[in-house]
Amino acid sequence: MDVRFINPFLEGTMSVLRTMAFIEPRPGKPYLKKNNVAQGDISGIIGLTGDVRGSLALSFSEHCIMKIVSNMLGEEIKSMNGDIKDAVGEITNMVSGVARKKLEGMDLTISAAIPTVVSGKNHSILHVLGGPSIIIPFETDHGPFVVDVCLNA
Amino acid sequence: MEKKISILVVDDFATMRKVIRNLLKQVGYENIVEAENGEAALSVLKSRKVDLIISDWNMPTMSGYELLKAVRADDELQKTPFLMVTAEALKDNVVQAVKAGVSNYIVKPFTAEVLNDKISQIFKKTAS
Repeated sequence: MDVRFINPFLEGTMSVLRTMAFIEPRPGKPYLKKNNVAQGDISGIIGLTGDVRGSLALSFSEHCIMKIVSNMLGEEIKSMNGDIKDAVGEITNMVSGVARKKLEGMDLTISAAIPTVVSGKNHSILHVLGGPSIIIPFETDHGPFVVDVCLNA
Repeated sequence: MEKKISILVVDDFATMRKVIRNLLKQVGYENIVEAENGEAALSVLKSRKVDLIISDWNMPTMSGYELLKAVRADDELQKTPFLMVTAEALKDNVVQAVKAGVSNYIVKPFTAEVLNDKISQIFKKTAS
């Protein structure tokens, strides 16, 4: 995967969490992932088609996503409820939107599907292209999460 | 005066409706009703007066774009200000929405201040 395509997803993620959840994520060094085991407890996955094909996943640790959603809603969330699932789908959708806008600036037109959300310890992330994928790890004051991208670019 | 307006928030994600409601409350808007898609929104619009529609673009059953066209085609509703919310600031979508008569649009993610600015712009245009 072309490393130029990593930045739009990294910046998109930071922009969404900073704006909607007032959280400043700290990106780590990207690495290659060869299996389909999720790095977090709940993941949003969205398919991408057009000039670039593949999929994007965001996978959050439980504590991290509960803090993110609490901040987004302005109320404390204490369990992994339906609001969390909804929010993970919406965050994935927003990150995809910001990243695709940035990729449009590189003359690439990309459409996105409806996001799906999967949860549970060691759940699978099944990328449209099968893999391998690039992981961009993030740390927050409330726990880690990753962006998991697999593109044919 | 403006803050007393009634606002219909349309989004298929209940959480996103809560997020928008929370942002609206932060800038003083309290009179808010919700609908989960375009069809449900039309039912609300037929049953009560709404001063502003804030609708997501991507929704199953009836999208925000289809809702916009339905509102603009309805004699009683056609002048209702319409703020489109989208995760996609893609040029084609913006052009499509403007042609269909959208009053303003806002790209996710957004802050309460940006949302407030977009609403103020709509009512300034309406007043002039």
